[in-house]
Amino acid sequence: MGYAKRTNNRGFDELRKIEAKTGVIKNADGSAYFKIGNTAAYAAVYGPRNLYPKFLQNPSTGILRCSYNMMPFSGTGERVRPGQSRRSREISLVTEKALLPVVDLKEFPNAVVDVFIELIETDAGSRCAGICAASMALADAGISMKDLVVAISVGKVDDKIAVDLDYDEEAYEGGPVSDIPIAIIPSTGEFSLLQMDGEISKEDLIKALSLCKKVVPKLYEIQKKALSEKYTKSD
Amino acid sequence: MADDLKSHLISSFEKNVRFDNRGLLDFRNVVIEYSVSKNAEGSARVKVGDTEVVVGVKLMIDKPFPDTPDEGVIMVNTEFLPMANPDFESGPPGIEAIEQARVVDRGIRESKMIDLKKLCIKKGEKVWIVSIDVCTLNDDGNLLDASALGAMAALKSARFPEYENDEINYKTHTAAKLPMKKQPVAVTVYKIGKHFFVDPSKEEEQNIDARLTITTTEDNTICALQKGGDCPLTLDDITKMLDIATKISKELRSKL
Repeated sequence: MGYAKRTNNRGFDELRKIEAKTGVIKNADGSAYFKIGNTAAYAAVYGPRNLYPKFLQNPSTGILRCSYNMMPFSGTGERVRPGQSRRSREISLVTEKALLPVVDLKEFPNAVVDVFIELIETDAGSRCAGICAASMALADAGISMKDLVVAISVGKVDDKIAVDLDYDEEAYEGGPVSDIPIAIIPSTGEFSLLQMDGEISKEDLIKALSLCKKVVPKLYEIQKKALSEKYTKSD
Repeated sequence: MADDLKSHLISSFEKNVRFDNRGLLDFRNVVIEYSVSKNAEGSARVKVGDTEVVVGVKLMIDKPFPDTPDEGVIMVNTEFLPMANPDFESGPPGIEAIEQARVVDRGIRESKMIDLKKLCIKKGEKVWIVSIDVCTLNDDGNLLDASALGAMAALKSARFPEYENDEINYKTHTAAKLPMKKQPVAVTVYKIGKHFFVDPSKEEEQNIDARLTITTTEDNTICALQKGGDCPLTLDDITKMLDIATKISKELRSKL
């Protein structure tokens, strides 16, 4: 019994297929595309640029402002109404907090760095895909950063701990499911995003967090490769 | 500053040269990619030079409008995402986005390309709603023509989801396509000084005197018009613009 085999024949510590590119949006100062399975995110960075209204300005540092948005046709099921929802605002907030520890905007007082994340299709793990794309886009924009940020979801489906849950697994009905999106700063191993819904024991939570650390180096390499590819391409 | 750019544009147009070396009636390279988002019933990505839009079609079931109880409903919405242009701001669609959505909508609706009666499930109670969402990724001018072309491509690629016992199963798509009869294409002809041109770059677009969006079907029937810009047009201008649009719409339609 239990969850013996993943719906898509993946190993429990195996990621879905990943595609990563940078410099995908010409107008932006930095941009990236990150696709994992059927979840695909664009991120574009504008700035540092002037911040209005003025009362939002901080004279001691530039600020980071993230916006997460699902395109109206990107969801599984019904059309998503355009514009901000409570969900998208919360995800924008946690995305900002996930990226903030690695960016240094001290040199740009009163300015803003805007990060726009757009999901073109989603199959779970969209905030993580968004954070992966955003951290690459920030690097592409030349923002001074201590490191990239790697984000992935981990969770427990029935009796098994698995990384990178897809929508079918999140909706698994044969037993308890927990979904834990995390973001890690690879060089220090620190977590800058940690959320969970579902149910899990303390021991399993620790196991899950340790398991996701195993896949972080893979994601990190993919991000770094996509960044260097833009500058090594012959054209 | 802007006036300088405009007079510079005009003097270069005199010599039939554009800043990117195109002729006045040359479109940039158009690339259409179908089915770019699996959760949408239909989708397409259109690139016109560096301008890029993604369009998705969602099919839903709802009540028809009381005045057309046996007809399906088409909705077009445009999101000028702040990702696409540093001047675009977050929030509800501005007037430019609304105008663009309505012009795209008009081309689809008035050409009668979709047989709305075939979208009726139960008269007065249930009809299919075709929701077309245009999202901009990068704005380097001429979002309008790119969006109209993207809407056509997305509609072409759309497949109905499975519908059984009054429920839509979005996970399974059938082979059934939308009941489409025509392929309207929008071409906007622009005017600066006395020069006509198509497919503006961003800087050209910001300096125009007038524009006319002309949507035509395969048999050159005109199904929608929209004049824009601050300067008026003469009948002679309009005649020239119609000729240009008819010719270019054929080129664009062949890319679909």
